[in-house]
Amino acid sequence: MFKASPSSSQTLLRAASSASRVSRPFRAKLRTSRSLATVADPPVRRYGGLKDQDRIFTNAFCRHDHGIKGAMARGDWHRTKDILLKGDSWIIQSIKNSGLRGRGGAGFPSGLKWSFMNKPGWEKDPRPRYLVINADEGEPGTCKDREILRGDPHKLIEGCLVAGRSMNATAAYIYIRGEFYQEASHVQQAINEAYAAGFLGKNACGSGYSFDVYVHRGAGAYICGEETALIESIEGKQGKPRLKPPFPADVGLFGCPTTVANVETVAVAPTICRRGSSWFAGFGRERNQGTKLYCISGHVNNPCVVEEEMSIPLRELIDKHCGGVVGGWDNLLGIIPGGSSVPVIPIDVCGEVLMDYDSLKDAGTGLGTGAVIVMNKSTDIVSAIARLSHFYKHESCGQCTPCREGTTWMMNMMDRMVEGRGHVREIDMLLEITKQVEGRTICALGDAAAWPIQGLMRHFRPEVERRIADFRALNGAVGFGGHLASAADDTLALPDNLGLRLPEANAQVAAP
Amino acid sequence: MLRLVSTVSRPTSTGLLGKVVSTHTPQCSSAFSATCSRGADITLTVDGKEVTVPQGSALIQACEAAGATIPRFCYHDRLAIAGNCRMCLVEVERSPKPVASCAMPAMPGSKVFTNTPLVHEAREGVMEFLLANHPLDCPVCDQGGECDLQDQSMRYGSDRTRFHEITGKRAVENKDMGPLVKTSMNRCIQCTRCVRFANEVAGIEELGTTGRGNDMQIGTYVEKTMDSEMSGNIVDLCPVGALTSKPYAFHARPWELKNTESVDVMDAVGSNIRIDSRGVQVMRIQPKTNDDVNEEWINDKTRYAFDGLRFQRLTTPLVKQGDRFVPATWENALTAIAEGLTASGAKGDEIQAVAGHLADTEAMVALKDLVNRLGSDNLGLDQPGGNRPPIHGVDVRSNYLFNATIPGVEKADAILLVGTNPRHEAAVLNSRIRKSWLHTPVEIALIGERADTAYGYDYLGDSAKALADFVAGKGAFADKFKNAKNPLIIVGSALSEHPDGKSMYNDLANFVEKNKERLVTPTWNGFSVLQRVASRPAAYDVGFVPSQRASTTKPKFVYLLNADELDPASIPQDAFVVYHGHHGDLGAQLADVCLPATAYTEKATTWVNTEGRTQMGRAAVSAPGVAREDWKIVRALSEVIGTPLPYDDVLALRDRLWEISPTLVRYDTTEATSVDVALAGLKLIASQTAGAKAVGTPLRRPITNFYQTDPISRASVTMAQCTRAFVKGENYGFSEVGKGSQAAFA
Repeated sequence: MFKASPSSSQTLLRAASSASRVSRPFRAKLRTSRSLATVADPPVRRYGGLKDQDRIFTNAFCRHDHGIKGAMARGDWHRTKDILLKGDSWIIQSIKNSGLRGRGGAGFPSGLKWSFMNKPGWEKDPRPRYLVINADEGEPGTCKDREILRGDPHKLIEGCLVAGRSMNATAAYIYIRGEFYQEASHVQQAINEAYAAGFLGKNACGSGYSFDVYVHRGAGAYICGEETALIESIEGKQGKPRLKPPFPADVGLFGCPTTVANVETVAVAPTICRRGSSWFAGFGRERNQGTKLYCISGHVNNPCVVEEEMSIPLRELIDKHCGGVVGGWDNLLGIIPGGSSVPVIPIDVCGEVLMDYDSLKDAGTGLGTGAVIVMNKSTDIVSAIARLSHFYKHESCGQCTPCREGTTWMMNMMDRMVEGRGHVREIDMLLEITKQVEGRTICALGDAAAWPIQGLMRHFRPEVERRIADFRALNGAVGFGGHLASAADDTLALPDNLGLRLPEANAQVAAP
Repeated sequence: MLRLVSTVSRPTSTGLLGKVVSTHTPQCSSAFSATCSRGADITLTVDGKEVTVPQGSALIQACEAAGATIPRFCYHDRLAIAGNCRMCLVEVERSPKPVASCAMPAMPGSKVFTNTPLVHEAREGVMEFLLANHPLDCPVCDQGGECDLQDQSMRYGSDRTRFHEITGKRAVENKDMGPLVKTSMNRCIQCTRCVRFANEVAGIEELGTTGRGNDMQIGTYVEKTMDSEMSGNIVDLCPVGALTSKPYAFHARPWELKNTESVDVMDAVGSNIRIDSRGVQVMRIQPKTNDDVNEEWINDKTRYAFDGLRFQRLTTPLVKQGDRFVPATWENALTAIAEGLTASGAKGDEIQAVAGHLADTEAMVALKDLVNRLGSDNLGLDQPGGNRPPIHGVDVRSNYLFNATIPGVEKADAILLVGTNPRHEAAVLNSRIRKSWLHTPVEIALIGERADTAYGYDYLGDSAKALADFVAGKGAFADKFKNAKNPLIIVGSALSEHPDGKSMYNDLANFVEKNKERLVTPTWNGFSVLQRVASRPAAYDVGFVPSQRASTTKPKFVYLLNADELDPASIPQDAFVVYHGHHGDLGAQLADVCLPATAYTEKATTWVNTEGRTQMGRAAVSAPGVAREDWKIVRALSEVIGTPLPYDDVLALRDRLWEISPTLVRYDTTEATSVDVALAGLKLIASQTAGAKAVGTPLRRPITNFYQTDPISRASVTMAQCTRAFVKGENYGFSEVGKGSQAAFA
């Protein structure tokens, strides 16, 4: 495919970024020599530029009526009964064919996930079955779900019904972040309207299928966005992630089969069923199909939430919808492309990546929730990442050791790195600590705390080293842990491994 | 109370509930647990070694079975799985990340590696994190020498720390959990074993975690003592020195202690204990695992009452002269008794012996033989109405034993408690009922005084009328009981002491008789009497009860064997009284001659628990002063009186025990009574109590203060503090110690 040749894709992306050169037939340029070959190159596909008629969330900005009247005018609840009557396997197959991947960050294929609920013999299980909607949107930089909850709540409610039908759920719980008061109100209003219209409850939409939707408001903890912690929280316990296995599809909410899905994932399901999976699969690259809400924040002229095609080049996303980086593209320092838990990428990578799961993964970062945090050169990048470390320290549930102890330790070290108070060897130690946290914890918060630091050190290590050198120049030798050699009291029996007497940093480089 | 009847939080414990491992150990020895269910076995490879474990085992158990030691902090096989310490990480083939072996079910055919560089690196990382905020106070920590963190850091820890942060280590305020558990929360590694124990086993749901991340703390949030009979177990569970024993604080190091495995006598459960002693002093008592009795727990009285062994002891024979006791030699004391016996003119049944709570089997047998040889059948028990023959008789064992057996409680699906509060009468058994209540849909009802039992129950009433209604099939619970597969009636030992005891026993016997197809079957006997006193089952077994004729005789010579609970008015003024025991408690005050005997930690004797399980206690320390073993005192006295007993050593005495009842020398097992005999026994009760009329006196709990029930616990300082803190709700005065003055020293 087209990612196969990095040079050509670079060329291509550069071409795509400039509107004047779009029309140029650059396919010819790619040919190295004339030949008699008659095999035409496949047409090069550029992504982005989603047309208005292809937008799913037509009221994302809450410009229009969010109530049932406005929603129905925008096409919601249109022949939902027919979708429901198509049956669970048809809906799941449609979702599978559409290539929809979970929009909450992990990007697990949704159709596959939903199909876990319908294991052979599920009818014999007398337990109720639940769909839980994760609307606990707390990732720094992410603000897409709240736009759905506020402007298009009926899309979500209808999505609950459709997704619930596909997994034969008896009820859906929508877990809304506590701070989202208005959003919860809109969702509750939508639920009430849907019940009144007969779309929910017994014999939902006249399909003979009974389905209830409940709203549960969280109390403000980032960790409650983790699916099993969210289940615990709904059950009234402390929001601490559960051990897996058993997975929620076996033992979930109240001990019953449960699937937890992101708001956006569920909200697009009815539209996919109505417009066809091939329509949805027509957007984006293979394995990354569909449209997606991106939330761009930070140093852009026009921060916004926008629905765009998957695989849109990051630069085009920013230039087209956000009015470019403040101070121009060249003033860009780095971008966190998927919410606070993914590593930052520097400008040269930013210019090349496409906004989809695979491309960003190849670039050593991730799509996450599609929350693009743009930082221009006015940013103190070390401080920015240190702030994220503070966030993860604060939000760690404290259940498992590496995360509880590691996030605090990393935060303390990052705080010192901001002013450069540390030893240059501690950069590697910090990286080692991130590796000790990553992949050792019950949930992914440990990973999320580790990745921003790894990204920083991968791309901005010279900046950190510079600060350490500056601090050292100003304050004399600094040992491990931020101890100043000047403050050391030699009359005390200090441990000999504080690093106070180590040779200078540049001298170490020469040492083997 | 939140009752979660699901399999999710079920501990992987042994015992009948959730039995997953240890099928290779012969634990299924008792008649009832012989039917313990076994799932299919699965085979997997651990470090290249094939191992077969029952399905549903955790990976950590499979690794253990394969002989690979897995370090762990949070995992405990009797508690729910938390999976939060991350110390037990192992590598599993085709898994990109290391896997927490305690939380992962063993999968057939999987390949597990416990000794790879990845595993070591992961464990070392976790250990570094644990040590980062752990204070370096091992030299002053009571856990030193038996600390999991200390032990495992020797293997997985680094010799130098990398943690030099100028922000320093975490500091956490200590919590006040009462007079038993000392906290040092800086040392806590948040394994939550104590929280899980408190919530699952002890039933104290106040203990939990507050705060998040690094600020997570273990505690009750609102400062509160840990009011539970089982609280001492969290000291054992704590893998570090965060929770240590307050009475034991700074008293000894584990390597100085001599361990003696023995049996507890503070209640009739017969918990297996390990007595740790140094020199002649018992330093502490810890539980010894026995899945059929106490699993891994003991109650606080068992654990902490031993300090009563140091106070109020009788160390030398005492003879009363005028109104004072004068120390005497053994010879003088025994002669004084012989003279007193002659002078009192006691003949036949006028010679009475009373066996108390802490009388051991050997002594009771010797005393019974002696008294019988003197022509008396007047063998009283130290309980209300103890000088009358017991209602249930002693001819059929199943009439007075806990026939369902302690592990069998977990099989019951409907339990009726009659005149008992197991929480105080058998705390360890109570936690079994709670376990069953948490994890199975068992229905429980109570007739008797209302009590906080740590589980929910239907309250049926507090008098004989409630029982009569139940027997008549009135009420919702009676229906539930009818439909139960393994119904269980737990009859409190106080019922036979109650004025309405006869009528209630009659009702019960008839009810069991009527429902024998479910209550008395070859595999299940649902009529269980819960004894509350360690000596009682053995006393009934050896027939230490008066004959009908003897019970009406006014005694002239009274021999009190460890009897300290009696009513002083029950002893005639002119009677000659001998007290034989180890504490200067009530009985000694009434005596004309006191004979110093040994406490349970000082003698190797036989104890029979409420199930009829015979267990051997062992001597951990020597007796104080000139105190002698109990049976030897009786033997010596018999010589002086002139009717010598025919045994000269303990083996000969145990032969005599075997003569009386072979069960008394078949150790560590229970013998079920056959259906026919059990039914005959019930008929006996029914016929002997026929026509009894209830007067309607309400049932009262026999134990009002759990912490002080016998001479040892009454002499114990710790138990006195517990009484103040938990029973009276006063300030027990321990947490103030050092608050002001220590600051002045520092």
